[in-house]
Amino acid sequence: MDYILQVKNLHVSFDTYAGEVQAVRGVSFDLKAGETLAIVGESGSGKSVTSKSLVRLNPPESTRVKNGEILFEGKNILNITEQEMRKIRGADIAMIFQDPMTALNPTMTIGKQIAESIRKHTNMGSTKVKDRVIELLQMVGIKDAETRIKQYPHQFSGGMRQRIVIAMALACEPKIIIADEPTTALDVSIQAQILELLKHIQQQMGLSIVFITHDLGVVAKMADRVAVMYAGKIVEIGLVDEVFYKTTHPYTKGLLAAMPRPNMMSDELYSIPGSPPDLLNLPQGDAFAERNKQALKIDFIEEPPLFQISDTHFAATWLLHELAPKTVPLENKSEESMSSDFVLEQEHTTKENLILVKGLKQYFKLDKHNTVKAVDDISFNIYKGEIFGLVGESGCGKSTTGRSLIKLNDMTAGEVIIDGKDIRKVKSKKELLEFNRKVQMIFQDPYSSLNPRMKVADIIAEGLDIHHLNVNQRQEKVHDLLETVGLNKEHANRYPHEFSGGQRQRIGIARALAVEPDFIIADEPISALDVSIQAQIVNLLKKLQKEKGLTYLFIAHDLSMVKYISDRIGVMYRGKIVEMASSEELYENPIHPYTKSLLSALPLPDPLLERERKRIIFDDQSYEGRNRENEILREVRKGHFVMCTEQEYEEYRKTIKVVNH
Amino acid sequence: MFRYIMSRIGYMFVTLFIIILLSFVLMQTLPGSPFNDEKLPPAQKELLYEKYGLDKPVAEQFVTYLKNLSQGDLGVSFTFDNRPVTKIISERIGASAILGMQAILLGTMVGLLLGILAALRHNTFWDYGAMLIAVLGISIPSFVFAGFLQYWVGVKLGWLPIAFWGGFEYSILPTFALSVSVVATIARFTRIEMLEVLGQEYIITAKSKGLSSFEIIGKHGIRNALIPIITIIGPLIVNTITGSLVIEKIFSIPGLGEQFVNSIITNDYQLIMGTTIFYAVLFIVVVLIVDILYGFIDPRIRVAGGNR
Repeated sequence: MDYILQVKNLHVSFDTYAGEVQAVRGVSFDLKAGETLAIVGESGSGKSVTSKSLVRLNPPESTRVKNGEILFEGKNILNITEQEMRKIRGADIAMIFQDPMTALNPTMTIGKQIAESIRKHTNMGSTKVKDRVIELLQMVGIKDAETRIKQYPHQFSGGMRQRIVIAMALACEPKIIIADEPTTALDVSIQAQILELLKHIQQQMGLSIVFITHDLGVVAKMADRVAVMYAGKIVEIGLVDEVFYKTTHPYTKGLLAAMPRPNMMSDELYSIPGSPPDLLNLPQGDAFAERNKQALKIDFIEEPPLFQISDTHFAATWLLHELAPKTVPLENKSEESMSSDFVLEQEHTTKENLILVKGLKQYFKLDKHNTVKAVDDISFNIYKGEIFGLVGESGCGKSTTGRSLIKLNDMTAGEVIIDGKDIRKVKSKKELLEFNRKVQMIFQDPYSSLNPRMKVADIIAEGLDIHHLNVNQRQEKVHDLLETVGLNKEHANRYPHEFSGGQRQRIGIARALAVEPDFIIADEPISALDVSIQAQIVNLLKKLQKEKGLTYLFIAHDLSMVKYISDRIGVMYRGKIVEMASSEELYENPIHPYTKSLLSALPLPDPLLERERKRIIFDDQSYEGRNRENEILREVRKGHFVMCTEQEYEEYRKTIKVVNH
Repeated sequence: MFRYIMSRIGYMFVTLFIIILLSFVLMQTLPGSPFNDEKLPPAQKELLYEKYGLDKPVAEQFVTYLKNLSQGDLGVSFTFDNRPVTKIISERIGASAILGMQAILLGTMVGLLLGILAALRHNTFWDYGAMLIAVLGISIPSFVFAGFLQYWVGVKLGWLPIAFWGGFEYSILPTFALSVSVVATIARFTRIEMLEVLGQEYIITAKSKGLSSFEIIGKHGIRNALIPIITIIGPLIVNTITGSLVIEKIFSIPGLGEQFVNSIITNDYQLIMGTTIFYAVLFIVVVLIVDILYGFIDPRIRVAGGNR
């Protein structure tokens, strides 16, 4: 078998003021013609650095390739001159980057940007170049290519821009495409489209793809082979089925277990304890040993080599050594373990409304003629002690709804009643204080939502300080809160930058809990975190719900996480709730076409399932064009509401009866 | 786009009116008058006041002034034998404009080069060197630099004339002296913007296409870095043209800046008002041009302007 690309024992370091960061430590893999190799890992695992090394795109001033070979068609890329390297970039190996919003030059027409590499690497005349650009745009599914080549990037949507980026990469018919998280910045249904496009083009052109991602669902959909990276090393590599179904390395097992699956019934997610190691000061032995519950003594002394499991499957764990004890399956216990098991047995939601939203409208005026209807007449209720999930794609109004509930927006119309009080009538200073105590918010980005110049203790106690506690009481309370969210007392006197993303989100939660709220609005609280950390935070939120009887509005775009955490879910589309039901009901019997398409677009961490699945396509345009005046939320089945017309309602009821029989 | 420009011009007139009103009222309420000569008999003084309408209430004077202004009449100078203000300005502006434009052109080009060089060779000798020049340019007053040039290039080497106005060679030294602060401002700004742009993902994208560093900077770097720089170039032009009065004095150049200072000393109301209005119009027009230019460089703004 001929390899188009071979990486042998690659070591890459970065020089920083603090010292040498060992980003890639001895990575070896190869790539066959026409195959897709996925490199999976969390942030800081070295996956992006590895991929950039393949075309020498890491910043030259600070990067040091200490060792290793990268053989492209037998030539070592690390030894050739910059000029020779430029001939390979774009022509033989092309790249697709994560964020299509920033990957395109805002001041150059897209036609010119696509043509650039064609002009650079071929001698085509300008009319031929133009034809080629149009052909490429048509290939990636952009209509009216002739007129659109003269447009600028901001005139395209995110998904369209990623298509343009793909067209750019394909311009010179490269042999290899390196796709660095190409769909992470996109909505699920757009992601599904882009992934299908990549697959289609790959088959058409016989491309090899190196696909960098953190999303195991995307891996299951795209990859032929998978390499799992941790702390600069490949810990497991093999065919996609081997890695998913014969998982060997404890880290891979942990990652897979940390992802909620729609058919999962367990009450708690597995979470890998701790956080990834500091690449400045790597611990002795296996870098994963500290987080590994199955770690052996030798893991703390010496790094394990790659053991061969089959012809194609390798894993770096001492558990594979002949002297190692037999492995036991992962125990579903984590540090956020439930305090008392009997709570689980109880029905934790009492059927008493805490929140009642009636006809909420939130319009934003752009100018004299244009109004954005961010939230357009939605109604729902949240029971006491319940987690209500709000899902939808970007721009659907889910975050705006959350902000309206906490009075960050002045609502245009409608009624919001929280604990029996109309929040529009909350006006006096005293009432506002009480309201702010009752309702708290957790934000998406743990990096920008904490004031970098305040100590953790002051951040947490800011809400408490209104109550004028004395110094000792205050300190005690802060320590209590830190322990509640799984941090230590010692953390109180530090500043936010000393913490990792997951820890910061814990601080954000502690801040929200400080005033003992009844209702917490969590706006995408986990989307900025790595998979293993997400599970920790979700488990913490669930634990707090049970222990403190909290009620949540959980806003997110990640459907599997929302399904896992929520009791009931509302699906939002263009400012309206189109479907609302208990989470099991919604996933088993989705009725609204939009919900169906969303669920079918969600990549699942299960390669066999992914191969069989068909995506249901939601026709956005015809839905928009339709007269929706008669559509209201109707209860199709007990507790299951769907936005539909009278006629559709009858149809839905019929199909449901069939299902029931 | 047309509507955008029209509304901008509308705002221009409002701004201009406020400037005229404020400077008129301020000037009239401050103590002193154009005819302060103690030897002047009161009767004659009254006659002069009557002749120029200075005995009327301020409000009435203002209305008269506006009426004349709307016909392009800036009045006559009190101190220069009744010569019209417009004539004085038009005689004087030539030297100032040539000097200012040359300084801006030279300063912008050198500043851009230094800034780009510093950004490309970030944290190296070149970067530190360029920034040292920039800091010196900002902190050393231009008249010190002017004196230095006069002494070394003019007197010691005898290459160029050290004063007066006539021909291109007379403008070289003052242009250099005037452009120092422009170089410094532009260089510092360019460096920051360029570093910002070079960190953008589309630069890596361009590199991944196989373009050379030269092509990347030329096609993707400069234009994007230029967008914010354009905003400061506007005020910089006006500052340089109006702020050349010290340099004009040192090099004895008959420019508008020098004239402006003199008119303030002699309380020549009409000349002060005229020059102020001239400067204000200049400033507003330059800012408008910059904003329109902005749209041409940044397509995102162009479309937003066109839609509304």
